Amino acid sequence: MAITRKEVEHVARLARLALTEEEKERYTAQLGQILTYVEKLSALKTDHVTPTTHVLPLSNVWREDKVEPSTAQTLGSPDEILANAPEREGPLFKVKKVIE
Amino acid sequence: MSFTALSAAEIAAKVRSQEMKAEAITTAYLDRIRTLDPKIKAFNEVFIDRALKQAKDVDAKISKGENAGALAGVPIAVKDNMLIRGERCTCSSKILERFVATYDATIIRKLRAAGAVFLGRTNLDEFAMGSSTENSAFHTTRNPWDTERIPGGSSGGSAAAVAARMAPLALGSDTGGSIRQPAALCGILGLKPTYGRVSRFGLIAFASSLDQIGPFATTAQDAALLLQAIAGHDDRDSTSVDQPVPDYAAQLGHSLKGLRVGLPKEYFISGMDPEVDKAVRDAIKVLESFGATTKPISLPNTDHCLSVYYILAPSEASSNLSRFDGVRYGRRAKDVKNLLELYEKSRGEGFGPEVKRRIMIGTYALSSGYYDAYYAKAQKVRTLVKQDFDQAFQEVDVIATPTSPSPAFKIGEKSSDPLQMYLSDIFTISCNLAGLPGLSLPCGFTKSKLPIGLQLLGRPFEEGTLLSAAHHYEQTQSWNKEAPHP
Repeated sequence: MAITRKEVEHVARLARLALTEEEKERYTAQLGQILTYVEKLSALKTDHVTPTTHVLPLSNVWREDKVEPSTAQTLGSPDEILANAPEREGPLFKVKKVIE
Repeated sequence: MSFTALSAAEIAAKVRSQEMKAEAITTAYLDRIRTLDPKIKAFNEVFIDRALKQAKDVDAKISKGENAGALAGVPIAVKDNMLIRGERCTCSSKILERFVATYDATIIRKLRAAGAVFLGRTNLDEFAMGSSTENSAFHTTRNPWDTERIPGGSSGGSAAAVAARMAPLALGSDTGGSIRQPAALCGILGLKPTYGRVSRFGLIAFASSLDQIGPFATTAQDAALLLQAIAGHDDRDSTSVDQPVPDYAAQLGHSLKGLRVGLPKEYFISGMDPEVDKAVRDAIKVLESFGATTKPISLPNTDHCLSVYYILAPSEASSNLSRFDGVRYGRRAKDVKNLLELYEKSRGEGFGPEVKRRIMIGTYALSSGYYDAYYAKAQKVRTLVKQDFDQAFQEVDVIATPTSPSPAFKIGEKSSDPLQMYLSDIFTISCNLAGLPGLSLPCGFTKSKLPIGLQLLGRPFEEGTLLSAAHHYEQTQSWNKEAPHP
């Protein structure tokens, strides 16, 4: 299926990806090729087939409601985790103003 | 005999019996990495001092008479998408270039407890998306058998490290063939366990309904040893299955007499490399010599696997990779006006071309108006693929195929055409879609001395059967003992 440059721009916006003009050009062509390839599936009759979301017969997985060590001990302290932040202020992640 | 020619099982036994020092073993591997890796580029980082410290700790434990574990002093290379506390974990992506793990993945925690020594982080296609390591943001790993060629991917660094004997064992992750294809192309063993056999907690997710972690090794015994150490239920991964882990080493010797091997006609196609075809057929004859029987079978939906995969995997990836937004970790774009632009520019600058391509495909397939035609359709066809295998496994115990339709290709040969690259996974994808265990073992070389792999697929949780077949095969063949001289 052919895909238009406008659709590529729309999808990039949904995916929160800034693309260069050259990338938009390239992805318009390449996505079209890939979508044409996978389109073969539409020829298959699947009206009565149950979709597979997961190969395991799992539904909800529960654990006992018991106290475990805090994640600060097992997965990293707030300071260690914040050390990976591109920008922080004290114990907080810092971003641009959200509300104008 | 040099230390780097020992198997992992031999290393662990000799270290435990104090015949050898773990420190001496690790030193030997670090020396070999120093000599060879500038050519191969399997590693993103080598943990020189930390590895030596771990090895010394193992020696200290043993000299105190403590149990040092099943992998005492065995060096292991780790794919750079698994978290090791205090070490960087980059997924070979610019967006995670400076990310430091604050905890151990469950497999890493288990391997620490088993006395393993972590040698370093190995290169991969960015976020495990690719078949050659050419999508790494840092460098392309070379195939140790021919450094002009790719090692396969995405776990190409781990495969090349073991093939070049820079590590006796390595960990990889496999979403559509990322352990088995590089194992085949590098001439070693690679095993993708059953979906749910190994915890993925601490593995940076690519496509969550497909990803599994598994071992690279040079012998079936070593692969069994590593699988034993990492398999089992984990409270932190609710998709890991609460089912007892068998004794894989004990299963290696199980007789192949009466083992029914299915040969799916869809995997022995015209146009396949004739040398690959012959080596695979010869390998199947060896299994027959141990009392296995063969039977032609059909997996009629094989032709659709690639399409199903290239809808489902990118869809799941587009969701999983939304967490990389330049806020909590990872690269943040400079000079942005608002939060939306921060997301868009950080991701646009941080991700490489293939990752962006897949995020785009996945976002498109999940978007309003296209969801039913692509994502829902692919999930239904996935059911048909799984049913093919369910049916086949009523008649046979194991399915044998080539792992890859061709040996390692040249660097740059397929990198400009994404569809051509996707086709190199054509024989490995179905196993992930159906959640089965799959193993690739070396079964010969082309005339130009490039490795060829045999793929064995089994019923869920029957890794032991695959390992036993590989173990028997190794008794009569020596492909797995040949090492490259890069």
